[in-house]
Amino acid sequence: MSGFVAGKATASEPLRRFFQVARGAGLRVSAAEGIDAARAVDLVGFEDRVLLKDTLALIMAKTPDEKALYDEAFELYFKRDAFSGRGEGDEQDDGGHGEGRAPNQGPQAGGDGMGGSGGQSLGQLLESDDRAALATEMEKAAREAGLENIRFFTQKNLYARRILDRMGLRALEREMEAMRQTGEPEHLKRARTLEAKVDQLRDAVRDFVERNLILFAKGETEKFREELLKSARLSNLERRDMDRMRILVRQMAKKLAARYAKTRRRRLRGQLDTRRTLRRNMGWGGIPFITVWKQKRIEKPRVMVLCDVSGSVAAMSGFLLMFLYALNEALSDIRSFAFAGSLVEVSDILEKEPVEQAIGTIMQTIGYGSSNYGNSFADFEDGWMQFVNNKTTVIILGDGRGNRTDPRTDVIGRLSQRSKRIIWLNPEYKSAWGTGDSDMYRYAPFCNLVTVCNTLRHLERVITDILEDAA
Amino acid sequence: MNDAVPAQVGNTQAPLESIDAVDLGLESAGYIASRQISTAIYLAHHLQKPILVEGPAGVGKTELAKSVATWMKLPLIRMQCYEGLDEAKALYEWKYGKQLLYTQILKDKINSVIGESDNLAQSLDKLHSFGDVFFSHQFLEPRPLLRALEEPGGAVLLIDEIDKSDQEFEAFLLEILSDYQVTIPELGTIGAKVPPIVLLTSNATRDLGDALKRRCLHLHIGFPDEKLEARIISSRVPGIDGRLLKQLVSFVQQLRAMDLKKVPSVSEAIDWARVLVLLHTSVLEVDLVRDTLNVLLKFEADIEAANKQIAGLTHKARQDAGV
Repeated sequence: MSGFVAGKATASEPLRRFFQVARGAGLRVSAAEGIDAARAVDLVGFEDRVLLKDTLALIMAKTPDEKALYDEAFELYFKRDAFSGRGEGDEQDDGGHGEGRAPNQGPQAGGDGMGGSGGQSLGQLLESDDRAALATEMEKAAREAGLENIRFFTQKNLYARRILDRMGLRALEREMEAMRQTGEPEHLKRARTLEAKVDQLRDAVRDFVERNLILFAKGETEKFREELLKSARLSNLERRDMDRMRILVRQMAKKLAARYAKTRRRRLRGQLDTRRTLRRNMGWGGIPFITVWKQKRIEKPRVMVLCDVSGSVAAMSGFLLMFLYALNEALSDIRSFAFAGSLVEVSDILEKEPVEQAIGTIMQTIGYGSSNYGNSFADFEDGWMQFVNNKTTVIILGDGRGNRTDPRTDVIGRLSQRSKRIIWLNPEYKSAWGTGDSDMYRYAPFCNLVTVCNTLRHLERVITDILEDAA
Repeated sequence: MNDAVPAQVGNTQAPLESIDAVDLGLESAGYIASRQISTAIYLAHHLQKPILVEGPAGVGKTELAKSVATWMKLPLIRMQCYEGLDEAKALYEWKYGKQLLYTQILKDKINSVIGESDNLAQSLDKLHSFGDVFFSHQFLEPRPLLRALEEPGGAVLLIDEIDKSDQEFEAFLLEILSDYQVTIPELGTIGAKVPPIVLLTSNATRDLGDALKRRCLHLHIGFPDEKLEARIISSRVPGIDGRLLKQLVSFVQQLRAMDLKKVPSVSEAIDWARVLVLLHTSVLEVDLVRDTLNVLLKFEADIEAANKQIAGLTHKARQDAGV
C-alpha cells in the first residue's frame, strides 16, 4: 500500500457519495481533491472511523468554517452507515475492490447474511420483522430512486413514494387487497397487521428521506437563499431575513477588507526607475544587472459617506451603515455622516458601539424625519468641508428627494471641486429619477458616478470599485 | 520524478510506515503530536503533498517542521516569508559578481579563444562552440526553494508565514508545491531528486488562494486539550513536578476560556512552566501568579482583566489538581 503511486485510485461508491454530501453541505471539493481523498482512503482504509475522519478533514476542509461543516457532514453521513448495519459494510468492501458497478450486490449479500431473505417479498420481510434486511432494502431502493438528487423539501413525498414503490409496496397492497377480498378472518387479521407494519414503514421511509434531504440539500438550499437575498431589493426584505442578511453583509465586508487592507504596490511595466536601478547595481560598477521598475503605490482610500436616513430610504441606509461598520478595518480613514433634516457625524457611534446598537442609536438621533438635502449639505460645508481634499472619495446615499426644498447644488459643486470624486448611490430605479420632488438630475452633473444601488450585490460592486482604483 | 519515488519510499520506509510510528518518532524529537498531526505527516509523505498548517500563534506550527527534520535526520530549510519576497530571494539568483568577473576574463582571453579567425562569422562559430556558460549552474546561487529541491537525501522545507507574502509569490509557489520542480528560464526545468517534505505555515492574516489550498493538505492545529498540553509541557520542561503541572495546565486552560485580546498559547504556557520551576514553586499562590502573569499575557488590558479573577482561577486550578 505504501508504495502507492499517483492517479491509480478511483473513488469508491460510498466515498463518492460522501463528496456529494460534503458539496451539499457547502464544502468545495474539487476533482483533484477527490482524487487525493481516494488515494488517502486507499492508504488508511475505512475501518478506523476516527482516522478516516482526520484523514478526509486534511483534504476536504480547508478553513475553520469548512472544518465545522465537514465535521457535521461526516457525522451525519457515517452515522447513517451505522444505522443500516452490515449492508453498508458489505457495500464498502465492494467499492474498495472496484466491484461497485453492481450496486445491489452489496445489500443483497447483506440480506443473505440475515437468514436467506434475499428473494423475499416486502410482505414477508415485514412479517418476519427483519429490520436490518428492511433497512438494506430501503437503502437499495433509495439509491435506485436517485435520492441523492433531492434538493427541495417539496420533493420529500415524491421520493418517499418512489422508494416505497421500488420496495414493492404496490404489489403488497394488491396482495393485502386480495386478502381482504377473501373475507376469511385469518386473512383479514393478517392484512390488518400488515397494514400497521406498512404505516410504520411509511414513517421510516419519510424519516429517511428527510435525513437525506438535510444531508444532500442543506448547503445548496442555503446557497440558493443567499443568492436570492443578495439580489433582493433591500427595502423589500422581510424581517425574518434580517439576521441572515447581517451575516451576509459581514461576510462580504470581511472579504473586501481582507483583500484591500494592505497598501498595495502595482508594478508599472516598462518604466525603469533609473535612480533605484543605479543604486541597486553599484556593487558591480553600475552595470545594470538588476533592473528596478517604477512602482505605483495604491493607498487605502479616504472615504466620506453621507447617508440619508430619512423614512423613505431607511432600510437601505441601515445596510450601508452596516457595511461601513464592517469595512472600518479596511479603510483607515473613513468618516460617516447621517442626515435627514440636518446632518451629523456618526463615525464615533459606528466605531464605539456594536453594530446593531450603533445603527439603532443613529436612527434614533437623526433618522426617519423628512429629508432636506440642501440644509444637510450646507451643514456639511460648514462643519467638514475643510477636511475634504483631493484624495477624498465622497459617497452620498440617498434618493435625492428633498421635499421641494432648495437642493443647494452649489454646495455639491464646491464639494466636487475639492474632492477626488463624488459617487451617488440611489436606491430608486432610474425611471423614477427626476420625477416629483427628485432632484437627482440636478445633482448628477457634479457627481463622477451616479448609480442605482438597491441590492446587496450592487453595494458590493460599488464598494469594490472604490477600493479597486483608490490610487 | 517517477524513478525518484521508489527510491524515496525505500529510504524512509521505516520511520513512516504507520501513524503510530510517526507519533513515536515525533515524540523522540520532543514533539508531542495530536493524532491529527501525525496523520497529516503520514499522509503528506505517502501522497507526496505539502501540508498547510494553520492555527493561532504559538501552538507549535514551526516547531513541527523542526521536529520532523530532527526525527528524520533531514536538513531543515527554512524560508521566512514577508511582503515583497520575490523569486530572487526565494528560488535562485545569478552570481552577478562572478559573472562580471567572468566577462572580464573573457574579454582578456577572447583573442586566444577565437584565434586567428579572419572573419566575424568564423569567430562567432567558434564562440558558440563553447556553450552558454554565462547562464549555467556554476553561476547559480540557489536560494531556499532550489536548495530544498537539490538536497540529495531529501529535506524538510518550511515555508513560514506564507500569508505574509504577496499573492504573486503564492502563485509562483504553485509549481514547486504540485510537481516539486521549478523552471528557470535560462536553464529549463529542475526537478527534485528526492521530493522534500514541505510544510507551509500561516497565521491567517489574509485568506490564501484556493489554488494553493487545493494543492495542500490542510492541518489546523488548535490549542491542545488538558491531557495533551500536560504531556507537551512535561516533555519541554523535564523537571516539572506533576502536581504543579496539573495546576498550571488547568490555569492556562481557564485563561483561554476568558474573553481576552490574545489568549496564552502553548509556547507561553511552556515559558511560564519554566519560570515556575526556576522559582521552585510547587503550589500556585495568588501573589506569585500575579507577579508572573506577564509571561502568559502580552497585553496590558488582558493582564488587568485576568487580575480581577486571579483568586478564583488559582483556586479552581488548585482544586483541579487536588491540592
